[in-house]
Amino acid sequence: MSVTKIYVPRETSAVSVGADEVAIEIAREAKRTGARIELIRNGSWGATWLEPLVEVEVGGMRIAYGNVSASDVPGLFAAGLVDGGEHDCRLGPINEVPYLINQDRWTFWRCGLIDPLSLEDFRLHQGFKALEKAFVDGAAVVVDAVTESGLRGRGGAGFPTGIKWRTVAETEADQKYIACNADEGDSGTFSDRLLMEGDPLGLIESMAIAGFAVGASKGYVYLRSEYPLTYSILARALDIAREGGWLGTNIQDSGFDFDIELHLGAGSYVCGEETAMLESLEGKKGIVRYKPPLPAHEGLFGKPTVVNNVVTLGSVPNIVNLGSERYSEMGVNRSKGTLAFQLAGNIRRGGLVEKSFGITLRELIDDWGGGTASGRPVKAVQVGGPLGAYLSAEQLDITLDYEAFIDIGAMIGHGGIVVFDDTVDMAQQARFAMEFCAIESCGKCTPCRIGSTRGVEVIDRMIAGENREENYDLLVELCDTMEAASLCAMGGMTPYPVRSVLNHFAEDFASSGDDK
Amino acid sequence: MAREPINRETTSELVRQFGAKPEMLVQVLQAIVMRHGWIPEETIRQLASELNLSRADVYGVVNYYHDFRTEPPGEHIVKICQAEACQAMGSRALTDHARESLRTDMHGTHNDITLEPVYCLGNCACAPAVMIDGKTHGRVTPDRLNELVGTMKESR
Repeated sequence: MSVTKIYVPRETSAVSVGADEVAIEIAREAKRTGARIELIRNGSWGATWLEPLVEVEVGGMRIAYGNVSASDVPGLFAAGLVDGGEHDCRLGPINEVPYLINQDRWTFWRCGLIDPLSLEDFRLHQGFKALEKAFVDGAAVVVDAVTESGLRGRGGAGFPTGIKWRTVAETEADQKYIACNADEGDSGTFSDRLLMEGDPLGLIESMAIAGFAVGASKGYVYLRSEYPLTYSILARALDIAREGGWLGTNIQDSGFDFDIELHLGAGSYVCGEETAMLESLEGKKGIVRYKPPLPAHEGLFGKPTVVNNVVTLGSVPNIVNLGSERYSEMGVNRSKGTLAFQLAGNIRRGGLVEKSFGITLRELIDDWGGGTASGRPVKAVQVGGPLGAYLSAEQLDITLDYEAFIDIGAMIGHGGIVVFDDTVDMAQQARFAMEFCAIESCGKCTPCRIGSTRGVEVIDRMIAGENREENYDLLVELCDTMEAASLCAMGGMTPYPVRSVLNHFAEDFASSGDDK
Repeated sequence: MAREPINRETTSELVRQFGAKPEMLVQVLQAIVMRHGWIPEETIRQLASELNLSRADVYGVVNYYHDFRTEPPGEHIVKICQAEACQAMGSRALTDHARESLRTDMHGTHNDITLEPVYCLGNCACAPAVMIDGKTHGRVTPDRLNELVGTMKESR
């Protein structure tokens, strides 16, 4: 009798809804029934609403079972799980699950597919092929490919990655750094985490390519402390890469030295801002720096530094492998390639959808998401995290394109899409935007530090019905000041969600409390 | 959740592990909080001396980051996500339930259980999310929270 491979994700969301218990129960039941299995803890495919999602390899095909609980496991074995038997949880072959097949998996293609902590499995799936190709092609060719691909920073700002890399490559210095921003603090986003947990060696390869391309011998990953499972997976992957000779001195006899240090954040949202992150990496308070100098000129410890988001870096290996044209063919206008959209909040089928730019928000929410989890109508959708605007149900036909969002006073940011049904009180959401800014402001500039607290007070007065018109004007003025005069996006963009509530959901202020 | 006691030796050992360089301050403090739960006054003085920083520098960093507690927390720490994706799935009601059932406000401790807010656990497709003693839970209803708290108390 041959050994049957069974996959159970070891990924934060899957584990948060019982994947570890399912894995333990599967091992126990296999032992009890004498079934010969190999349990593999893969990453998640990103169909989070189906977690825990178990797969069984039968005849070269992976049969998926969704929403499996530990108590389902004996029944699954009785139904012939190891042969892909029929069961209420059975979804069919994983590569026929509709949520997954209509995606453009460029960056996340190994997520779910491989054992994240197996160098062998990684190598079998193109692992380190792009780094090897980079060694052959040379640094300049890699920088050109990234530039020509049109890849823009996926952390939120959307700055062209190639220009950043070229700037660092052309700056003379005895030491340069790659700093990977894994401080994924935006609510509604989890793509960095999914990639690091499902394909950590892929991130290591991406950072090594960046280091080779710009002449940096040292990389840092700045990971938020709210991701403890990610930390343990990434730390193990770094050891595996070192043991395999893919990090360290003279990597694979290329003459290129590169190593990565994994640093933890400490619960500060603003440390996701690149210069605050650099301060934190230097062991200091995460306070935003003035720009210029740009990090590309004077970054970590004053040295030229590439600061890139996890997904940005993760998009690079396939650009090297398949060519920049293949990437730039996808997308629309100046938004090239794919983005990992994250469907979250009140949504029936939440999860990660990697798609080319150009689809509409409605397609994502309806076709993938299946509408709200509550079954009630969509009232508002916040795109781009706590600094992103709330879109109304009438605005959902907007195309996912950086510039199209900027045109309506919104932003795509890191691709988080948080859906609210019609029970939400938008006045409270506007208040929360200001409150969050007050809690998380680094305090360096006045508009952000003081403005956010005053914002909460003004909104409280509006909610209480005090001089509503006067306070409305005051809030608009405060938003203008914060946007124009703040040092970074924290204070500068907190007005986005607030203004969007004033523009599209003003009735929610009128309904709470009587005008006095 | 049993925490290791903190003393001069354990702190020095952590400094050695990370390297006695000023830039390791955040990492050392994080490791201290993870092992011991909080950062005592004596530790701040000791770190200043061992990392060649002023006490004001260390105080500044400790006060800046949300993770760095300067008071001992309860034996268990329950963090409830307060960010938008969880709000959309009822985290405000869940928070009210937690306040009532644990009989403490946010940042407070009762019966050796500390209740804290957290702004996103990255579990936004399984909202609302809660972290208990460092483990993330998803799709947490008030009933589920009661269960989890019950299991946590049994583990004492």
